[in-house]
Amino acid sequence: MSTETTTMPKQTPLHGEHAILGANFTDFGGWDMPLKYGSELAEHQAVREAAGLFDLSHMGEVRVEGPDAATFLNTALAGNLAVMKVGKAKYSVICNAEGGIIDDLITYRRAEDRFLVVPNAGNAPVVAAALAERAAGFDVTVTDVSADTALVAVQGPTAESILLGLVSAEDAGTVTGMKYYAADEVTVAGIDVLLARTGYTGEDGFELYIPNADAVALWKALLEAGSGRGLIPAGLASRDSLRLEAGMPLYGNELTLETTPFDAGLGPIVSFKKEEDFVGRSALEAKKAEGPARKLVGLKGLGRRAGRSHYAVLKDGNVVGEVTSGQPSPTLGYPIALAYVDVALTEVGTALDVDLRGKPQPFEVVDLPFYSRNK
Amino acid sequence: MSKVLSTLRYSAEHEWVDGSTPTKVGITQVAADALGDVVYVDLPEAGSTVTAGETCGEVESTKSVSDLYAPVTGTVVELNQEAIDNPALLNEDPYGTGWLFTVEVSEEGPLLSAADYASANGGDVE
Repeated sequence: MSTETTTMPKQTPLHGEHAILGANFTDFGGWDMPLKYGSELAEHQAVREAAGLFDLSHMGEVRVEGPDAATFLNTALAGNLAVMKVGKAKYSVICNAEGGIIDDLITYRRAEDRFLVVPNAGNAPVVAAALAERAAGFDVTVTDVSADTALVAVQGPTAESILLGLVSAEDAGTVTGMKYYAADEVTVAGIDVLLARTGYTGEDGFELYIPNADAVALWKALLEAGSGRGLIPAGLASRDSLRLEAGMPLYGNELTLETTPFDAGLGPIVSFKKEEDFVGRSALEAKKAEGPARKLVGLKGLGRRAGRSHYAVLKDGNVVGEVTSGQPSPTLGYPIALAYVDVALTEVGTALDVDLRGKPQPFEVVDLPFYSRNK
Repeated sequence: MSKVLSTLRYSAEHEWVDGSTPTKVGITQVAADALGDVVYVDLPEAGSTVTAGETCGEVESTKSVSDLYAPVTGTVVELNQEAIDNPALLNEDPYGTGWLFTVEVSEEGPLLSAADYASANGGDVE
């Protein structure tokens, strides 16, 4: 039950609010974050059926600004960010020269020459450093504003109506008209926020970027406005089960320096069409040509027991893969898992076993995502 | 804070026994709270022998799997089928309807008083 740390975990500006709400805390990416406030299953269900409020202030934020910003990002990241329109967001990865994934991240284009890059909490310093290093020779400024920026997310089918209760009539049109993976500046409960229609839950929802100083006021306003619409605060436990049902990878589990985007099924977000020679390009071209040995698949448990990270995947008693994330799916009612499996055994319907502490249990390969909402 | 009942005795591994014959065994609220929502319990079979301090099953929550240790040595008499079918009882009522199994005790393991267990694990004795 104990975790060894050499440094004290960091606290978000909302730490005190979580404590007041009776949160259980956990160390995640060097941050002391709420794991759950009550039952993680109730928090999961609230997001699927109404709404959940998450503190994601541990995530990083890196500003990339200057005349060369777009071409710079096209050399630093694997995706084609230069073709993205202002006001849009894009999911991408940053790779090393070997094509290994340093992090997966979301990039928002705020202006022709202005981007906001959002890496994972634990990777933020590494990503900021890599971007700064790769910026040499470009007319661009890279600024790590992670320490000054808070992020809260409202996720779930009632998220939009909750926000509409806190914005002006003019901003209401911006909120309702906002497409998935888009962002704009609006005023929520009197606080200027960067509002993005993005998330990590498989539901409709928003992420709100604010300066640290505004975090508590915004959090309280959202909790209050949402209380009549089924919103409850939700911790990282439910965030993990929600993203797993939605088939979304978690850095450190599905994505590592040892995995390439092709292994992880992220081939489509790697752009070989763009002109720029991005970091990892030649390695990734070779990897694409040879094809991955193992691929990320979804597994559905046929029994009641769940596979967990690092459990072996078996075929006829032989190890053919490894689970990267797994747990009982609260929404679906059966165990689900993401696993890297030998390519020959990745077809949907393939029968496999997962070694549950010495007892092989039957699973089968299924399509991803495990869960998708009715749109 | 998690509740620790003054009427029970406890193993260091977070099981309780009520001392009746056969004795009822369950997990503490301290353990249930730490585990999170329990979704599966794997219990020893009725008629099998369990040994104090050794693992005799597993408790699986949404986030993790923990070994279940026998607090006493003896023969398992009865399993709580209700808890097997509805493991959420371990969270809702760990000292009541969430009990796990009963044991005909041949020898007790090292057991703690409620006060000692609570002070070692941060619970409130009631």
